[in-house]
Amino acid sequence: MLALAYAALVAALLSAAIPLVLIDTEQSRGLVLRCLARWPPPSWQATTAQLDGQRFQSAIEYAAFGLLGCSGLAGLVAGLATLLADHTQVDQLPLGLPWLDWHLRLDPLAGFFLTLIGLGVVAVSLYGPGYVRSFRQSGHSFATLGFCTGMFVAGMELVVLADDAFLFMIAWELMSVASYVLVAFQHEHAPNRRASFLYLLMAVVGAIALILAYGVVAAFAHGFTFDALRAAPLSTTWASIAFGLALIGFGMKAGLVPLHAWLPEAHPVAPSHISALMSGVMLKVAVYGFVRFVFDLLGSIQWQWGAMTLVLGTASAALGALYAFQQNNLKRLLAYSSIENIGIVFMGLGLSMIFFAKGHAELAAIGLVAALYHVANHAVFKTLLFLQAGTILHQTHESNLERLGGLIKRLPRTSFIMLVGCIAISGLPPLNGFVSEWLTFQTALQVSALDSGILRSFIPVAAALLAFTGAVTAAAFVKAYGIGFLGVPRSRHAAHAREPFHTGMFAGPALLAVLCVLLGIFPGKVIAALGPISRALLGTDLASAYANGWLWLTPVSSRVASYSAPAVLLACAIAAWVSYRLLRAPKLAPVRDQPRWDCGFGGLDPRMQYTSSAFSQPLRRVFHPLYEIREQATREPRGHPLVTPAALDLDLRIGDRSWRHGYLPLAHSVEAAARQIGRIQTGNIRTYIAYSFFTLIALLAMVSS
Amino acid sequence: MTWLMSILETALFVALAPLFAGWVKWVKSLLQNRRPPPLVQPYRDLAKLFRKRPVIADTASWIFEAAPFVVFVTAIFAAGIVPFAIAHLPTAKIADLIVLVGFFALGRFFLTLAGLDLGTAFGGMGSSREMMIASLAEPAMLMAVFTLAMSAATTNLSQAIDWVLQTGLVLRPSFVFALGGLTLVAIAETGRIPVDNPATHLELTMVHEAMVLEYSGRYLALIEWANQIKLMLYGVLIANIFLPWGIAESLAPRDLAVGLGSIVGKLALLGIALPISETLFAKMRVFRYQEFLGFAYLLSVLGMLSHVILEVN
Repeated sequence: MLALAYAALVAALLSAAIPLVLIDTEQSRGLVLRCLARWPPPSWQATTAQLDGQRFQSAIEYAAFGLLGCSGLAGLVAGLATLLADHTQVDQLPLGLPWLDWHLRLDPLAGFFLTLIGLGVVAVSLYGPGYVRSFRQSGHSFATLGFCTGMFVAGMELVVLADDAFLFMIAWELMSVASYVLVAFQHEHAPNRRASFLYLLMAVVGAIALILAYGVVAAFAHGFTFDALRAAPLSTTWASIAFGLALIGFGMKAGLVPLHAWLPEAHPVAPSHISALMSGVMLKVAVYGFVRFVFDLLGSIQWQWGAMTLVLGTASAALGALYAFQQNNLKRLLAYSSIENIGIVFMGLGLSMIFFAKGHAELAAIGLVAALYHVANHAVFKTLLFLQAGTILHQTHESNLERLGGLIKRLPRTSFIMLVGCIAISGLPPLNGFVSEWLTFQTALQVSALDSGILRSFIPVAAALLAFTGAVTAAAFVKAYGIGFLGVPRSRHAAHAREPFHTGMFAGPALLAVLCVLLGIFPGKVIAALGPISRALLGTDLASAYANGWLWLTPVSSRVASYSAPAVLLACAIAAWVSYRLLRAPKLAPVRDQPRWDCGFGGLDPRMQYTSSAFSQPLRRVFHPLYEIREQATREPRGHPLVTPAALDLDLRIGDRSWRHGYLPLAHSVEAAARQIGRIQTGNIRTYIAYSFFTLIALLAMVSS
Repeated sequence: MTWLMSILETALFVALAPLFAGWVKWVKSLLQNRRPPPLVQPYRDLAKLFRKRPVIADTASWIFEAAPFVVFVTAIFAAGIVPFAIAHLPTAKIADLIVLVGFFALGRFFLTLAGLDLGTAFGGMGSSREMMIASLAEPAMLMAVFTLAMSAATTNLSQAIDWVLQTGLVLRPSFVFALGGLTLVAIAETGRIPVDNPATHLELTMVHEAMVLEYSGRYLALIEWANQIKLMLYGVLIANIFLPWGIAESLAPRDLAVGLGSIVGKLALLGIALPISETLFAKMRVFRYQEFLGFAYLLSVLGMLSHVILEVN
């Protein structure tokens, strides 16, 4: 199976290489034409004649995305086979440092995440060719986009395959840098440049934290391979330091509050299929890193670590949902909702760590499985939602909800797929988002097993916050769907939108929508497949969850809690069918189509609809201390104060509190420190020589003593 | 046999829901010195609505037509999993309390979408307020549910009722608080005074009615019926979780009769308490809801804490 994973890597690298021929399109097209001319079959001759510049570029795009799809498929198969067969394979490649070969390892945990990467990449490569075509007119080079996409995917695949700290960090940085270039792809807009710089800055800080975390463990180990790190005899203090650094490093990449500032800036400005990969897949790689580092490498988990993770996860979930609800830009809303979902994942991980540290491995397994299940779910529905947001952007050139509306009639297929994604992400039964949230609730309810009163009273509060998160998320997606897709069009672009022509732009999201349903209906199968991971990490699996057959999900025992998604679906289908048949009976009065109720005034226009910011106003008012709100209404009077004003302008900006209270002070203090340090830099060469001289003396004194 | 019983029980539940709504209305009219409508008036209204020719706005999409079905089906499903007169039903295993909350959320999701579907300001306003109430009520409700679930160590409703029956009549502070929290949530979620007024069509005071303003004919009938089911469902939840005595623990005819009689009696009492509170209190302003629901949440949290502090040995 490792060979297949290598094939995935090679295909990703090839797909990065192919777009490079577009750096000089004409020359490379001539080269290809000359090669094809030598080719004997006459059918090729006809093809050659038609290969003009446009077609050549199309062919390159298809080849690049085709190879990317192959890479995804190979990764998917390799990962899934490893996971299902519970099988571990290791290998060494003679690359890297002279004394440290690249160690690679494909075990069930890596296999699970490789499956998710593969899945996301397959969906994106189906979607991509149709989407990137629009960049041709705007003069953005596919060479950069294709190259970095390939490198980005290769980097993510390599991260999960890495079995030594050195390769892990190289792959991690490859992933970060490639995605930085992708975020900066449309760099002619100043906000994009700002967002990509912020992303790069935070990625670097996160990477430093990770290098230090590995460094702490490696200091006690004999080598950099993960096997050596696992065996390292760490004291609790040092392990806690390493854990804290890893939490910062991986949490920054995953977008945990308060380390999330880059995420809502960077994800929306990247091209949509890249946003889908970043939100749907790259955040999962960060979760992988966290699970690998904490559960596998550090071992001896302390309950305080779990409590910390739980607190951060809960904060991310609740704040992510609240901020997502206030966004008017569809892609920004999705980005904030990623923070919320990552928060739910970390809640599951935190609960698992608490239970594991307290010696309840079987309860810890529920938490871990809930977290991993949510990871899979989020990978599926967030990729879907970003791809659909991309379709909307592609077809209407708008991603501001205030300028959309009525798309369900113009784009019925896209809207239907989007609806499935919205229901799934809102955690509503019987789709997949509900199952993982249900499992997280069930984990939290096992709190009576703990002996600490503080934990016992804190964890249910966290669970209630999870319920709050679920309700706010549902509100956010009612808003996204209700304002964006329902109602009447609010702009000309939305009124004239059409379904995309390219079939791949449906195929990718439709595949994911089917998975949303399947993952929601057969939770037992998914949990059984996750068994090897929890056996490897916690020493026990969740066999009780599917002990009563595939129809039932019983995480602890059938007495404590049970849920049967197939039965729920069946019951609903029967009830819906019966009521539909009864109400559609031909003898009933037919429906009459009439204009909307306009209170007798007449002339409803699209601007009289409820707007996106009006929809979220009640919660904005209730939770105003959490938002940074600047609201300014200017009216242009028409003489008398009682007469309707000539113009009204509302300027509403809703910001993130953490920016002003966390990041800006930090940035200012860094700048102030830099200014202080800058004083020693006089520009006078004699002073510098004096510095060197005194440094040398000091070093000599240290060495001699 | 048990499956048949549970289907019968669900059908009975669905059929009785308008009667409960009629009872509430009857008592309320008496309390307000009005001549009460007959108890069967809701059935007549439903029958009339089913016969009438529905009007659908020309800006509606399929969501608008599908939403009443989703709302109605989720209500029936919820009625199916909540023990009504019999404590042990196979359907209670299909879905536990958290799934029940999830199903309410699913119905609400579609109803709020339908409110936004036509592009009228009324519908959007109703949806927006409904979502605010839901966001604040859901944590309070789950917190109350968790108090129960942690005491009984189960989220399965039948098992939880069993546990209450077995431990006998003990005054648990956690249950008192949870009962308070759940009652407030029930008032908010079913759109009763002081949160919403089901009897008005004034734009400033309505939430639920604003959302469904454009519905007519059989679509409106489905939504009304689903609402009546939901109202009775909260009543049954409160009655059967906190005071389950009398509920049938076997399928013997005598037990069944006692079970049915006791739940009808409890509902009748709740159906008197609700109109009394509705007559005594005035409707709140929209931005006082957070205080009301915050209080519900506080009660539920107190219930949870008193469970953790006082009741765990």
